[in-house]
Amino acid sequence: MSKKSVKEIVSFCQEIFEDISFIRAREWKDAHPGRKVIGYMPVYVPREIIHAAGMLPLGILGGGADMEVIHGDAYYQSYICRIPRSTIELAITGRLDFVDGMMFPSICDVIRNMSGIWQLLFKDKFVRYFDTPQNFEDQVGGAFYVQELHELKAGLEKLGDCTISDADINNSIVVYNENRAWVNKVYDYRAATPWNAPAAEVYLLMRAGMVLPVEEHTRLMQDYLAAADREERPMRDNCRVTLIGTFCEQPPLNLIKSLEMAGCYIVDDDSMLVTRWLLKDVPSDGDPLENLSQAFLHHSAETAAKYEPNLEEKGNYMLESIRKRGADGVIFAAPSFCDPALLDQPMMVKRLKDAGIPYITMQYAENSGQMQPIREQAGTFADSIKLWSAS
Amino acid sequence: MRTQDVVKSHSQLLQKEMISRNYDRITGGEAKVSSTFVPGNLNELLMCFDIANNLPEINAIQNAMRKKSGEMITNAERSGHSEDVCTYVKADIGMMEKGNIAPNGKPFPNPDMLLLSYTGCFTSLKWFELLREQYQCPTVMLHVPYAADGKPTKNMRDYIVKQLKEDVIPLMEQVSGIKFDIDRLREYLRKSARAEDDLVWMLEQSKRKPSPIDCYFGGVYYMGPIFTAFRGTDEAIDYYQMLRGEIEQRIKLGLCAQTPEGDMPEEKYRLVVEGPPNWTSFREFWKMFYEMGAVVVASTYTKVGGVYDYDDFRHDPDHPLATLADYCLGVYTNRNLPTRVDMLARNVKEYEADGLLINSIKSCNSFSAGQLVMMREVEKLTGKPGAFIETDLVDPRYFSAANVKNRLESYFQMIDQKRRAGGSALAS
Repeated sequence: MSKKSVKEIVSFCQEIFEDISFIRAREWKDAHPGRKVIGYMPVYVPREIIHAAGMLPLGILGGGADMEVIHGDAYYQSYICRIPRSTIELAITGRLDFVDGMMFPSICDVIRNMSGIWQLLFKDKFVRYFDTPQNFEDQVGGAFYVQELHELKAGLEKLGDCTISDADINNSIVVYNENRAWVNKVYDYRAATPWNAPAAEVYLLMRAGMVLPVEEHTRLMQDYLAAADREERPMRDNCRVTLIGTFCEQPPLNLIKSLEMAGCYIVDDDSMLVTRWLLKDVPSDGDPLENLSQAFLHHSAETAAKYEPNLEEKGNYMLESIRKRGADGVIFAAPSFCDPALLDQPMMVKRLKDAGIPYITMQYAENSGQMQPIREQAGTFADSIKLWSAS
Repeated sequence: MRTQDVVKSHSQLLQKEMISRNYDRITGGEAKVSSTFVPGNLNELLMCFDIANNLPEINAIQNAMRKKSGEMITNAERSGHSEDVCTYVKADIGMMEKGNIAPNGKPFPNPDMLLLSYTGCFTSLKWFELLREQYQCPTVMLHVPYAADGKPTKNMRDYIVKQLKEDVIPLMEQVSGIKFDIDRLREYLRKSARAEDDLVWMLEQSKRKPSPIDCYFGGVYYMGPIFTAFRGTDEAIDYYQMLRGEIEQRIKLGLCAQTPEGDMPEEKYRLVVEGPPNWTSFREFWKMFYEMGAVVVASTYTKVGGVYDYDDFRHDPDHPLATLADYCLGVYTNRNLPTRVDMLARNVKEYEADGLLINSIKSCNSFSAGQLVMMREVEKLTGKPGAFIETDLVDPRYFSAANVKNRLESYFQMIDQKRRAGGSALAS
């Protein structure tokens, strides 16, 4: 294990975060002729299958706070969220020209229709709308999903002119099980000692995992935890919050920093759920597609884009996360015009009210620049939590 | 114009009476009631269990046309629903807060079940989760996969059929106490197909010059029975036969499309329209078109419940569950963008339209996301100009009459210029 400092690791991650030309992914592709890169959007795709094909899964999370969108606004109306217009901007300005295929998960109608825009504008690319089941019965949604996975596998085999064996996928399952284990260790570590793993650092660490090969990302997390443990950082008198709503369009990094500066340690969030969507290790023997399906159906995270068949269960995942991480309250930070986050929010708010858990709501866009109102709102929230806790 | 001045055909009056009758049934207290959605609705299946079909989009439209939706929406926003989300949902939730009164003045009963047919609209999933909070009644999801590669696959169809067998039908049996009879379903489907034949005949008459009908503003009346609670009934068959007779008569007389102020004197512009209409200012919106001599010869909104005139779908009584699956899969907004572009371009060509007008709806990302790209693609394929206006479904705050009128006038001037330059010929 390396002896890199936290500063060095975070600086490395920051460089990847700021690079909207994806130089590291390009370098990976150029290192061997014939390599393929598959872009994917939030919330979840089974990266194991892409990895098993010898391809690089590349998380595409929009253009970020600093990219100027010049062409993208001609593709989307003003009342549609920001992530599709900045993603289109990335594509039509050639920043994704090395990406051989794109996957669009079934998160909302905007991302869904974006698959069609790709089909119309980038006819030479592999495009896969990835429909996950909203029925969680083995013989119904499960059977559908297994077949969808087979079709995805066949599509990648055709693209890569290769064969993906069950053993290949099982090997990749092992690699991703390990990666998820370390993601969870980072989240556990942050929840236990949030002053030692600030949210902005953890965020950058996970963002690096959207670009780097999975094995490299796992090593990076190992290095980070070792380095963080070597450092002594002061514990602040902050409250502890769960951040909800950031599962697709990303908040500006400054927003995450502002929340902590305002007195809120983020002890859990729903950003980049693909890194921890599956809640248990996927078995690495037997039929890998069946195993991935079972994991999705019965051991996967909850988010607004997923139907909850049981009214009594609605919101329990969030409440359990609050309990497990010891959060004092919740900050709902939803992207403007985000149907899943904003339509789900009233139901989640009701659960919090019933449980007596404090919350605030705010909206952002990936390029929101004005953080003063956010700091004031979060600061007031933190103060009120501390005041209630003391009483 | 005063209400009594509005010109209505016999079929329009019958349609209104049918919709009223359905509201009386829903509020009558005798039938079990299921709330469900218009796109890909399973009316024939609900009929097998004598369950009345309550469609919240139709309720929102009714409230919008009665100028009631604005207050309902702001009430929902005050109770915590975002300004950014679908106004159908907020009108529905706001209606509950105002006593849940149906258009016939009687209170809606709480539904006995929610049939969440998740077809081409993500919002519907969250909408019924929100309603489930309120009603706490049995809720069943019918997940219809998106036909992302243009054609539904066997896997998609099998998935839907399994959901019908394993989840939807058992719940309907439980709620109604009636055992499922597949032959009863076949009979309803047979009737559906008969009405659908006349419906398609009607849609295709606007290929004529002048078009005897308007397939957007008029079209929403013609679509009423087939997309609501009457597909599969004798009443729907009778309605579409009556409509066919009226249109045949109009053709014989060489009439232009009918409007609320009578027959259009002249057809100057022929348009294909993509997207739903605005409902809060429906009459004013329509008037902007017919006053300028514009008739809509084809629209995608008349395919929102299901598509019949693109790939010849008809309900098939020989494959009763598979045909329901195919119907759901074929809903317009469940088709990928290249297919929607192809459909629009074909409409522009086959109906000899002057161009494509997109009414982009703030509330409806399912329709709206990607429309700017679609417009450019259709322009490329047809050589005809496109135009873009923005309104909303049932939120009066998002209908700016002056802006819409300005854009339409500019668009018609553009068409005139194209004609002078040797493009489209005069409509009639």
